[in-house]
Amino acid sequence: MTNFAHYSTTHVSVKNLVLRWLLYAVLALFAFYYMLPLFVMVTTSLKSLEEIRTGSLISLPRDVTFQAWATAWSSACSGIKCEGLRPYFWNSVIMAVPAVLISTFIGALNGYAVAQWRFRGANLLFALILFGCFIPFQVVLLPMARLLGQMGLAGSIPGLIMVHVIYGIGFTTLFFRNYYVTIPPELVKAAKIDGASFFRIFFSIFLPLSLPIIVVTIIWQFTQIWNDFLFGVSFSEAGTQPVTVALNNIVNSTTGVKEYNVDMAAAIIAASPTLLVYIVAGKYFIRGLTAGSVKG
Amino acid sequence: MAPILELKGLSKKFGALDILKDINVSIEAGEFLVLVGPSGCGKSTLLNCIAGLEPISGGSIVIDGRDMQNVSPKDRDIAMVFQSYALYPTMTVAKNITFGMKVRGVDKALQQEKLDYVARQLQIDTLLDRRPSQLSGGQRQRVAMGRALVRDPKLFLFDEPLSNLDAKLRVEMRTEIKKLHQKLNASMVYVTHDQIEAMTLATKIVVMKGGVIQQIGTPAEIYSHPANLFVADFMGSPAMNLIPAKVKKNGKGTQFIIENKDRDDLILTDRHASNLPEEIVLGIRPEDIGDSKLQKHNHDQVASCLIDVLEPAGADTYALMLLGGVEVTARLQAETSAIAGLPMDLSFNMDKVSYFDANTGERLN
Repeated sequence: MTNFAHYSTTHVSVKNLVLRWLLYAVLALFAFYYMLPLFVMVTTSLKSLEEIRTGSLISLPRDVTFQAWATAWSSACSGIKCEGLRPYFWNSVIMAVPAVLISTFIGALNGYAVAQWRFRGANLLFALILFGCFIPFQVVLLPMARLLGQMGLAGSIPGLIMVHVIYGIGFTTLFFRNYYVTIPPELVKAAKIDGASFFRIFFSIFLPLSLPIIVVTIIWQFTQIWNDFLFGVSFSEAGTQPVTVALNNIVNSTTGVKEYNVDMAAAIIAASPTLLVYIVAGKYFIRGLTAGSVKG
Repeated sequence: MAPILELKGLSKKFGALDILKDINVSIEAGEFLVLVGPSGCGKSTLLNCIAGLEPISGGSIVIDGRDMQNVSPKDRDIAMVFQSYALYPTMTVAKNITFGMKVRGVDKALQQEKLDYVARQLQIDTLLDRRPSQLSGGQRQRVAMGRALVRDPKLFLFDEPLSNLDAKLRVEMRTEIKKLHQKLNASMVYVTHDQIEAMTLATKIVVMKGGVIQQIGTPAEIYSHPANLFVADFMGSPAMNLIPAKVKKNGKGTQFIIENKDRDDLILTDRHASNLPEEIVLGIRPEDIGDSKLQKHNHDQVASCLIDVLEPAGADTYALMLLGGVEVTARLQAETSAIAGLPMDLSFNMDKVSYFDANTGERLN
């Protein structure tokens, strides 16, 4: 037997304590580091232009004013129009919500078919769908533009919805397939004998099981679609642009003075929905990502 | 009466691999057929084929006189109970049981009536509002059976339904399934790898190995007249003793000469056996070897054997010895006078002996 008596217990605990505080210090340092840009953005957006010019970048605002937020929301100029982010924000909402829901639904259906109905070529089909995840956006721009033109959807929000749905199917199928593959195949067999059809089994048995993965997929898809710039700038025209494109235009259309406070407020407004979704549903996101290990 | 289920020349291939070869079985209404065999013998595949969950490669399946070619599982008038229970996780027990009726558009009042009946039968009436995750293994098993019972099908299919239960519960549920079968007089096909389950439940057993039927018969037939060495070894616990022996004929009958460790060869005589090859495997169940002072049959042969090990098992004591180069088990009384390491006179009941061809393994008598 080994003799551990020569280890002093107090010595060990002091060492642990020091290590622990060192760990906290490192964590605090990194938290500070990551929070700094947000801090600068928020404080700058609450300052007046006068104060930005005279004060320091990281100082707190002397007089808190929401003027920049109001301007960013309803009267900031992009190009020749001065209507703020508001119309574009709603463009993004009517684009993102249907695109997220449709792509999530199709992904669920695909994942269910590929994972639970092992038809001939199911794995090949899944591999091909998965391949779609790895095609860079830039590659499909021209063919997609042509397709949208032929369908009469060029420059319209439904066109953008379609693009995002198609692009999202690869990922959503992957998420749902990996979730459904952990569910024992006997469930489908039992339901088949009970007389349920392909869609009946999907709606009555699999969809109700899928809440964790639906949340994951919605967060993922919403973040992707809301934050997308390339498709937004390529397939929209004046009036149908999503908020990301409008933000870019506002920041880039300067008349004389650069309005940092308005730019910062606009950026925060544009980013707020994804931030909100993550704060509200973030714990489901983490939970859902590990949900595969839980029995169905 | 026409058989309720008939399998004619059924075969199943995965690519070039034969999973099932030329399966011919038929059962009458009210029979309890058990498909038994080691894992990978194709018994579960066969059950899935009967259910229509796996396509077949050849032959035919006839249920109650109707050919099942191109008939989907829901139209076969069958119900199935799975090893993993396959309960719908998000539905309550009641909804699990009535789901099939709901899908088929059965009248609500009738659904409720059938649900109540089945719930009472299986004593799950207090669990109807729970979800499967809130149930114990045995309760889940009952719900799975309830889902099958409520269908009132022509044929019940069970796929290793007791394998996920602990030993005590398994024995209880086994008895319950048997009672259920007697009460309903239903036709059942039951898959298991557990030969005790097969023996206790079946009215007819099909022993399978490598996708080929080894023997079909009643439990008694399978037990006392195994068709080959595989069946002899697989069915029964402890397994049948399979002792290599040399055959010699003389005026009194056929003599079997068995090598006896460090002692004179053991010679057993059977007056009835004839036409045996020179080398055979002699099969005898442990209970057919007994204490010569206690066991008395017409054709007992007594021989002295060296007992190596004694294993008391409560009701019996098993004596192990080395005969013909293999370990041989004899089932003795619990209060036996045998002593490990000492020889003992044992009597072999030659009426119950099976002879197998040493090369092909086929039964000879």
